[in-house]
Amino acid sequence: MSTKAEIRPRSAVSRFFRSGRGDSPFKRLLIHLALILASLIAVYPVLRVLSVSLRPGDRLLSTSLAVIPEDATMEAYRTVIVEKDFLLWIWNSITITVATAVVGVILAATGAYAFSRWKFPGRVPGLIFLLTTQMIPAAMLMVPIYILAARLNLINSYRGLAIAYSVSSVPFSIWILKGYYDTIPIDLEESAMIDGASRMTTFYRIILPLSTPALAIVFLFNFMTAWNDYLLARIMLQKTEMFTWTLGIWTLAGQFRVEWGNFAAASIMVMIPVMALFLYSSKWLISGLTLGAVKG
Amino acid sequence: MGALTGEVIARSLGQIGGMVFFTFAGALILEVIIYLVLGRVFNSKYTLPYMLLAPAAVGLALLVVYPIGYEVRLAFSNMSLRHFRDPTFGLAQGIDNLRSVFTKPVLKQAMFFSVLGRTILWTGINVAFHVVGGMTLALLLNRPMRGRGLYRTLIVFPWAIPQVIAVLAWRGEFHFEYGFLNVMLRGLGLEPIQWMTDPFWNFAAACITNIWLGIPFMMVIILGGLQSISREFYEAAEIDGASGWQQFRSITLPLLQPVLTPAIVLGVIWTFNNFNVPYLINRMELETTDILVTALFRAAFEYNRYGFSAAFAMVSFAILFIFAVVYIRVAGGLQGVYE
Repeated sequence: MSTKAEIRPRSAVSRFFRSGRGDSPFKRLLIHLALILASLIAVYPVLRVLSVSLRPGDRLLSTSLAVIPEDATMEAYRTVIVEKDFLLWIWNSITITVATAVVGVILAATGAYAFSRWKFPGRVPGLIFLLTTQMIPAAMLMVPIYILAARLNLINSYRGLAIAYSVSSVPFSIWILKGYYDTIPIDLEESAMIDGASRMTTFYRIILPLSTPALAIVFLFNFMTAWNDYLLARIMLQKTEMFTWTLGIWTLAGQFRVEWGNFAAASIMVMIPVMALFLYSSKWLISGLTLGAVKG
Repeated sequence: MGALTGEVIARSLGQIGGMVFFTFAGALILEVIIYLVLGRVFNSKYTLPYMLLAPAAVGLALLVVYPIGYEVRLAFSNMSLRHFRDPTFGLAQGIDNLRSVFTKPVLKQAMFFSVLGRTILWTGINVAFHVVGGMTLALLLNRPMRGRGLYRTLIVFPWAIPQVIAVLAWRGEFHFEYGFLNVMLRGLGLEPIQWMTDPFWNFAAACITNIWLGIPFMMVIILGGLQSISREFYEAAEIDGASGWQQFRSITLPLLQPVLTPAIVLGVIWTFNNFNVPYLINRMELETTDILVTALFRAAFEYNRYGFSAAFAMVSFAILFIFAVVYIRVAGGLQGVYE
């Protein structure tokens, strides 16, 4: 009988595909080098933005590749906050995004419960419909949505954008939540119902508390979708004082020479909280995604 | 120009609060109606699920079903800036629109089939790099090693950055004089590249940006899949003398299939429909970088050909839909998803 200790590498190529223990030091070195290179490629453009944001105004355009410029200054950050409408854009984005994420989660949480626990007529077509909506190019719906919004007088208002965002993540959220609800044993609810609880009570007292991780993922997903949207905001908002941060930052990036440092500073300020949130939650974000996909 | 003042805060909170209030009030009225009609009149045992679904269904009807219906109607009209208020509708118009999609330029010069070809190339290049790059990194990371968590966090960076910022930052780096790519090329003694004006390199720039953006998602999904594969399979294969490549072919790939198929379908759909990258990278608005989705947007909002762009949208959607159905049938990856 063979044991693990007797297993020997065959060739460098074949060892590459094996995710085993006991790699040779040389192979380990190669793996670390490859991963360091990949990390550098992933991070370097971000470091460049940081670097530009710290440059003094007269040296914005420079062919230097140093990350921290010699005479680093926070001038661009001050300009963006005091002289530009940065705080206004952020405020607009936050109000719209938080409201829509809350409404979106409520819509999806109840809808997913119906899909998970009842075999009502129209269930399977409904699920297929939800899947199909993911395939529709957003640009395709823009013309009708624009015309609809113009007729309902929703252009240049927070309302129009908020309504549109609340619904846009619902199909995906329902899929994720349905997958999660399906993993909760139905016995829990049945025994509660024998004790006289109604369906709504079991949903509220059993399902929702047990689904907190999935609900958090869906909230985060709704939040991120609305927070990072450019296309819909571009169509619905034309007045600069209504701009969300994506539109605002786009105007800053428009003029390469003048505003590049301001664009970089604004980007860093938007990026840091979003990245912190994302990296902090990425573990369950991913488990939620794969759970929804695999378990169904 | 405006600043963040108390008045602005009050107005936005008022609007948002009003929107939330009306949403809930509307939902409540809807629930009462469904309860009375289904529950009391028809005595249906499905009253509760329908009540649970109703708000989401109405929202989707308003934001997805109605616009699609309207888009279909638009495809049969001659609506444009000239005929915005008085469009004429009719079958002849629809056939005319459909014919011009295939026979006339969709923008100024770009013909439909060249844009379609570019879209397929764009999707193929991007998804291939995403899957191969993500798979390589996931295989490298799927082992006990020092610094694993740190590598993983750093490599996930591109996914964590808001896409608009990432694309605009990359656009800055494609600047001829000061972008780091050209600075590096000069440092190596090579010719710098005209990223913004040369059609080939502008398309390449969009691809580079999107590949950079998309690898982390695939890596994370594949890594999750790899970790769910039991070690015992590999140990058994080693005993039988299978090489690393054979193990990859006969164990890793088949067992990764349930994760990989939906990820690839999603990846293709997202890339095919990606608007931000090709639109924002393309500062000079070269028609040679447009893919179907951005061409669609320009036809509608820059050339104001609403009727035509609606027909164009139908054709684009049909292509994607056929791909998805065929791929899912062939790969069988979504079987049992709705049971």
